[in-house]
Amino acid sequence: MHAEDVDCDRSAVHVKPWRAGADAPFIQIDGITKRFGDVAAVNDVSLDIWKGEIFCLLGGSGCGKSTLLRMLAGFETPSAGTVRIDGQDMAGVPPNARPTNMMFQSYALFPHMSVENNVAYGLRREGLAKAVVADKVKDMLHLVQLDGLARRRPHQLSGGQRQRVALARSLVKKPKLLLLDEPLGALDKKLREETQFELMNIQDQLGITFIVVTHDQEEAMTLSTRIGVMDAGRIVQVGEPREIYEHPGSRFVADFIGTVNLFEGRVDVAAPDAMRVMTDVGPILVDPVQGLSARQEVAVAVRPEKMRLTRKQVDAANSLPATVQDYAYMGDITIYKLVLEGGRTLKVSVANGDGDGAPITWDEHVFVSFPTRAGVVLTA
Amino acid sequence: MSRRWLVIAIPMLWLGVFFLLPFLEVARISLVDPAIARPPYTDLFQDGVFAGDFENYKLILPKYFYGQDNLYITAYLNSIRIALISTLLALVIGYPMAYAIARAPEPWRTVLLFLVILPFWTSFLLRVYAWIGLLKGNGVVNNVLIWAGVIDQPLVMLQTDFAVYVGIVYTYLPFMILPLYANLVKLDGALLEASSDLGASSAATFLRVTLPLSLPGILAGCMLVFIPAIGEFVIPALLGGPDTLMIGRVLWDEYFRNRDWPVASAVAIAMLLLIVGPILWLQRSMERA
Repeated sequence: MHAEDVDCDRSAVHVKPWRAGADAPFIQIDGITKRFGDVAAVNDVSLDIWKGEIFCLLGGSGCGKSTLLRMLAGFETPSAGTVRIDGQDMAGVPPNARPTNMMFQSYALFPHMSVENNVAYGLRREGLAKAVVADKVKDMLHLVQLDGLARRRPHQLSGGQRQRVALARSLVKKPKLLLLDEPLGALDKKLREETQFELMNIQDQLGITFIVVTHDQEEAMTLSTRIGVMDAGRIVQVGEPREIYEHPGSRFVADFIGTVNLFEGRVDVAAPDAMRVMTDVGPILVDPVQGLSARQEVAVAVRPEKMRLTRKQVDAANSLPATVQDYAYMGDITIYKLVLEGGRTLKVSVANGDGDGAPITWDEHVFVSFPTRAGVVLTA
Repeated sequence: MSRRWLVIAIPMLWLGVFFLLPFLEVARISLVDPAIARPPYTDLFQDGVFAGDFENYKLILPKYFYGQDNLYITAYLNSIRIALISTLLALVIGYPMAYAIARAPEPWRTVLLFLVILPFWTSFLLRVYAWIGLLKGNGVVNNVLIWAGVIDQPLVMLQTDFAVYVGIVYTYLPFMILPLYANLVKLDGALLEASSDLGASSAATFLRVTLPLSLPGILAGCMLVFIPAIGEFVIPALLGGPDTLMIGRVLWDEYFRNRDWPVASAVAIAMLLLIVGPILWLQRSMERA
């Protein structure tokens, strides 16, 4: 179970059925709504998820992602809409009769049971023979690398080990759909990165469909086949991680995923080879976008790593003079905070290569440049 | 260091003055003989010689070994039986109540808990007397049942073991509910959801998750009901009949009717030793849970 194995054949990843739309989706969520009093925690959400996917619901706290997950598990009853899992309508099916299992954010391990009894709990409720249960538990504990800890109680385990017990307990019944609520939220950064790859590997071995709720965009990017970004109870964009990052559909998504420099402005000239947008920092040239009218209000989003930082002006579609206000050296990259002439600030990240020349430092006058393809025009 | 001593010293002093000294006094009286004097017993040291013996304790032993009759043993066994049954009844009635309060919406919990402890605002004695009015031959319960046509003759409830059970369960129910509530309210709802998610029915979730996790609350509640119930005097005296022989009543009779303080003290010490065993066992189980 190492990071290198991750790129092996992950059916859903390679076939990308959501692109072809060939076979029917495994999970069909249609117009689902959950109202608490007057507030719609989840508002008319429709999603299709295919077998073998790791689908991430990404959003800030209170965006409705956990409520959506709890409706899939059966803990909340939708106010409207339907959920189908493998063609079966889930309306009125209680949690204990659903082909789903959930890994809770708090892990919800039974404190009075040993690790093996926690994992065996679900199997015993099915009335399986003792020997079968013992075998399955043993295999599952091996898969999550907890052999030897079977007789421990949860309070005798580290956070990482508890997370694995929770995962093992939710996987051992081989559910059609595994729901994970912030599965890595309680782990420290290093453990989190390792566990991410393990999670993907386990998902690949078992072929179970995962729906993961997270507020951590980095986690969503590395784990998922697709991401659904949520805001105020609605899905605002669904797409593969690269798509979401490179082509955000709105200012919210661009800002929520990664870092972005947003320039508000109006479409000035919509030419066939390049389009000019008049912004508060002057004209910005971007690749032409269909369906925009002159003087329409738009925002141009430019990612920090798509900008170049030079001491001398270079030949580029867009070049802005600026002063270095601050920078943060991160090892692999350096993030610069720049002030433009009008006073607004920009973030530019520079990869630290072989260290040619003296690095740009405080108060230096520099030029920020980027090609037309770096700017993403947002209307929403 | 000295400050820490001060903190421990206050409860220690309290226990020393109000528990240990009286206990030693009772233990001393249990070793001497009754006397027509004031106080009504002989001295432990007469002319500087130890004059105590265990004769009073021998009276308590069953007839088979020693003594005249089985009065004390019968009373002990009766007390244990009545206390055990009352504790079980209180648990069966109190658990669902505590569970309902713990699962009630937050603002309701305080109100419901208040209702549970509301009877404490009235004198214990008055409340037991009130039960006489309820249970007697032409009391409220009988009148209602006759009016409803359930019975034609009034039921004999007062001065029976039944009335004693009613009285004990009624009086000590809050002591069962409060520790159970304190335990159940802490129960993580996610554990119940996890259990259901893993395929357990509501009954299985209760038996395998809720019940084992509330065991400390159950033990605490049972202890708080069982221990005072065993030595209960007022309730069997007012509600019980001549057959309801409980050790608390025997003790009272020895002290105040027979004025045999030494025997009464021996009975009290023996009772203490009898309940110390189960208390220690319960405490041990609670620490493990």
